[in-house]
Amino acid sequence: MPKAVIFDYGVGNLLSLKTALEKADFSVTIGTSSADLADADAIALPGVGSFTAALDRLDTVKETLQKKVSDGTPILGICLGMQLYFESSEEGPGAGLSFYQGRVVQLPKTVKVPHMGWNTLNIIAQNPLFDGIAEGIYVYFVHSLYPAPKDPSVVVTTTEYGTTFTSAVAKGNIFGTQFHPEKSGDVGLKILKNFQRIVVK
Amino acid sequence: MLAKRIVPCLDVDHGRVVKGINFIELKHAGDPVEMAKRYSDEGADELVFLDITASHEKRDIMRQYVEGVAKAISIPFTVGGGIRNVSDARNVLCSGADKVSVNTAAIENPPVITELADVFGRQCIVVAIDAKRNRTPTEGKLMFDTPSGKVWFEVNTYGGRKPTGIDAVAWAMQAEKLGAGEFLVTSMDRDGTKDGYDIELTRAISERVNVPVIASGGAGVPKHLYDVFVEGKADAALAASIFHYNQYPVPVVKDYLRKMGVTIRQ
Repeated sequence: MPKAVIFDYGVGNLLSLKTALEKADFSVTIGTSSADLADADAIALPGVGSFTAALDRLDTVKETLQKKVSDGTPILGICLGMQLYFESSEEGPGAGLSFYQGRVVQLPKTVKVPHMGWNTLNIIAQNPLFDGIAEGIYVYFVHSLYPAPKDPSVVVTTTEYGTTFTSAVAKGNIFGTQFHPEKSGDVGLKILKNFQRIVVK
Repeated sequence: MLAKRIVPCLDVDHGRVVKGINFIELKHAGDPVEMAKRYSDEGADELVFLDITASHEKRDIMRQYVEGVAKAISIPFTVGGGIRNVSDARNVLCSGADKVSVNTAAIENPPVITELADVFGRQCIVVAIDAKRNRTPTEGKLMFDTPSGKVWFEVNTYGGRKPTGIDAVAWAMQAEKLGAGEFLVTSMDRDGTKDGYDIELTRAISERVNVPVIASGGAGVPKHLYDVFVEGKADAALAASIFHYNQYPVPVVKDYLRKMGVTIRQ
């Protein structure tokens, strides 16, 4: 069974993600240090807290994380976890991990924020993370910002809410979703199982 | 498009669901974990647990079933009832709840909303408002025209037992500024009546805040949910008895709303 390490920024609920990854046939540990990440077959960056606070917590493991990822370890960023992949965020100061070029921006003021609830995915590009996931399927969102990648080829899904925004990205072994697969019922579980298959391969 | 949410609510006392348990095929009626799983399987979009336990062991009891629910279902759920501070909130959030709802504590100590939002993020913080229509014209209150005349909406605390003199609509606007990420608005006039949600109350708040509003109190038939989504501009509708007694199971309500043109998750 592949070993997934969830990086803990020190706030909020990690139990749902841990349980969901276990259901997707990972053995899961929660990690806070470079040593914890060392033998991970996969890394999950969860979606709790704020951009700047999370970057502070990531600071001590940043180099290890970047090394692991450039060595090919699959990583799944969820919500804020994915936003950290980008260069900067309108939410607060700090340089992101810069796995992707682009910026994280606020949802428009014309809609209620946070964008909270079940919304649909437009599948823009085929990706193994979304194997068997149909166009228009509902997944669960809770967020106020979204990523604006510079390179359109990394966009896997988009979603409409006041604007059409990027709701999932993928590039090589670096995967991210703006929605919460661990809160998206059977659909989310399927996505996490796809992630597990990618890791095992 | 963002779907309207259907939210069954479960009242819990000493770790057992206490109101209206009629899923005959359940082995352990009243078990919050089993009932959560059942609603989740039926297609509920989210769940709310209101804990009425009065015991010094409340925290341990809550931690146990919240963790059980978090492991059993993969849809979001909120826990409320006696959450007074960051430590109470951490107890349930770290046990696996996605959101906490605060009610009386927020009215008595509004800065707690900001404290909670700063620590956990505003998307975790639901401010619950129990409101009752007040027909006495009062200076400074936001008056609304209703089929039964002009009213303002008064916040009640302690489970709807204590009128506060506070205008519910103004309170919602203030609580949003303090960091509320969502509102759970319950009509004390309609709660338990099955006469339908208080449309005017729901709309008054929903139109004045820029965060989601869950309407609560009064659901008796599926049409009531349609009315509160369309007329009341609610983002989510909470109900208890129509689901518990299996009168209108979640799939039946969802089918009806979908046929009526409401955006509902399949």
